Amino acid sequence: MAKTKTSDVVYSPRFTDGAEFKIPTFKLLKQDGTLYKGAKAPDLDRDKALRMYHSMVFTRVLDERMLAAQRQGRLSFYMQCTGEEAAVIGSTAALDDRDMIMAQYREQGALAYRGFTTDEFMNQLFGNEQDYGKGRQMPVHYGSAKLNYMTISSPLATQIPQATGYAYGQKLAGEGLCTITIFGEGAASEGDFHAALNMAAVHRVPVIFLCRNNGYAISTPSVEQFAADGVAPRAFGYKMDVIRVDGNDILAVYEATREARRMAVEDNRPVLIEAMTYRLAAHSSSDDPSGYRSKDEEQKWRDQDPLLRMRAWLEKAGWWNDDEEKQLQESLRKEVLATMKVAQKRPAPPLDSLVTDVYDQVPPALAKQLEAVKSHIRKYPDTYPNSAEQAKGGA
Amino acid sequence: MPKMNMLQAINDALDIAMADNEKVLCFGEDVGIFGGVFRATSNLQQKYGKSRCFNTPLVEQGIIGFANGLAAQGSVPVAEIQFADYIFPAFDQIVNESAKFRYRSGNLFNVGGLTIRAPYGGGIAGGLYHSQSPEAYFAHTPGLKVVVPRNPHQAKGLLLGAINDPNPTLFFEPKRLYRASVGEVPEGDYRLPLGEAEVTKEGKDITLLGWGAQMEVIGQAVEMAEKDGISCEVIDLRTILPWDVEKVAASVLKTGRLVVTHEAPLTGGFAGEIAATIQERCFLYLESPIARVTGLDTPFPLALEKEYLPDHLKVYEAIRTSVEF
Repeated sequence: MAKTKTSDVVYSPRFTDGAEFKIPTFKLLKQDGTLYKGAKAPDLDRDKALRMYHSMVFTRVLDERMLAAQRQGRLSFYMQCTGEEAAVIGSTAALDDRDMIMAQYREQGALAYRGFTTDEFMNQLFGNEQDYGKGRQMPVHYGSAKLNYMTISSPLATQIPQATGYAYGQKLAGEGLCTITIFGEGAASEGDFHAALNMAAVHRVPVIFLCRNNGYAISTPSVEQFAADGVAPRAFGYKMDVIRVDGNDILAVYEATREARRMAVEDNRPVLIEAMTYRLAAHSSSDDPSGYRSKDEEQKWRDQDPLLRMRAWLEKAGWWNDDEEKQLQESLRKEVLATMKVAQKRPAPPLDSLVTDVYDQVPPALAKQLEAVKSHIRKYPDTYPNSAEQAKGGA
Repeated sequence: MPKMNMLQAINDALDIAMADNEKVLCFGEDVGIFGGVFRATSNLQQKYGKSRCFNTPLVEQGIIGFANGLAAQGSVPVAEIQFADYIFPAFDQIVNESAKFRYRSGNLFNVGGLTIRAPYGGGIAGGLYHSQSPEAYFAHTPGLKVVVPRNPHQAKGLLLGAINDPNPTLFFEPKRLYRASVGEVPEGDYRLPLGEAEVTKEGKDITLLGWGAQMEVIGQAVEMAEKDGISCEVIDLRTILPWDVEKVAASVLKTGRLVVTHEAPLTGGFAGEIAATIQERCFLYLESPIARVTGLDTPFPLALEKEYLPDHLKVYEAIRTSVEF
């Protein structure tokens, strides 16, 4: 029991480079909307397929509009999911809606699929009084308890061991649920990634690790992130099942995640999924990719746009047409724009929320600090127009 | 009332917490069948099973990341870090995650069920990496509670208080006293309040303030000072964050003098924070400068540990200097 298992013994030094472990890429859907030869489409009904596609289009429209809003100075910051919608939405669609999602920050498609409303997106982006996060975090740090979507945290990879812990709790609770954690190939270099996978394998935790290998960590290409063949081979070191999937192929992502979920929930086997995709947009609104990659390279990936691929499949199935596409795009653009205008005008969160939620209750010394701030605002009300009214009438 | 040492009291507290609530889990390095390197978790795996008390791989950031996730899910994790000196790989998970979980989500999520136990402090010939007192690093992080008990009775009551407190709590155990400190410990469940200091001895000439193992040192110094006719008031801070400003200020308003002592280095130590706050609150009542008796601004030594430590004679000298100022 205490011994490390060794299979064979040799009497001269023999090194192993792991080259015998070839990890294939799972694909189902071609860019023209037809299936590869021998591929079988997953069992998706029309409603579910359209829910997935609707979420993809919504995410694309939201990203285009909000990046434009950032450029206009309406918004301080933004991050797009563009190019990775199939990886994020295809996986989410394969889960039970009660499964926990612990994502990185580029997974708004997952939240859209779960039913986060346009208004809820906007309230977070503008950090107004209706933002669940009370205006405390930068834009795109969404969270929803009712949709089982853990609030986003900026530090990379911290959510990965947390997902292992969360799923361990789910296993003990015996509700047949699991956790998926989503992260980039750059974040997979953090120590937390390794800690999380090892602990999940040792303790047989129902967790799915979904790596979006999108080629870049800000400007650093994946060839400068790791020498190995992607992130997938690491699973062997932890004795974990792994699959590599075409991340722009929503049917393959769906099918891979559906099976991974079954393994996690029924057999308590954690699974690593590496979704090969591409970040078509900049890292964030503060980034300019022209400094580190070519237009030609981007174009190659634009030609594999996951939205176009799914749309082609839906059209071939007779579930979608040009008119419906046009109508959906128009109505979503209108909705996003109109909702944005309303959310932008909502007031900031109340002044007292400066000190609430640090602890379950405000400690006396902190309450005094808030009083001091209010007293200062009363002295210089013009400098603090958002809170001058609320600071009135203090002790 | 049964007599116990501090380890037995901690083990008793964990046993009660696990019996009381099946969501309470104990884990860490060597915590399982072996019961931890200090045996604080003895017999818990045998009693509550491997799914509730277990060994983890040797990865502190993983232990606390895992614990954060469990707490967010609604479990009540009590994670052990084998020595406080080895808590730093988990610093990000504690400072950026545990401490900010509730605030950043607008109270949608929290890790209030989390308790992190870690033995701290010197006096056991542990050298640089088995002796540190890292409380001040965490005291700089709003959202955490930081608790240090001084004896078995306090250890049991404060640990049960920490486990049941709806905020993430660091519980630093003075390992020098694990077996050395023996005392009467009530049976069954009792919880001592967090955030409240305790006046352990009343006096009128000077206030002595400390926490954890340093309370024993203060006791010896006070015995000497009282023989000199100096009436000493002694306060155990018990919770470092958020700390009980009112009780300390009330005492110093009465005595006019304050000596704060801790094993951690002087610069950036928590005594500095206390001194700053108390001079603000008690400025016109102070008869002498607030004194700090602490470790030196060095890594923790080995051969010269005795010289480094703020022992009872150094505290006694500080009392004399303060009174004779």
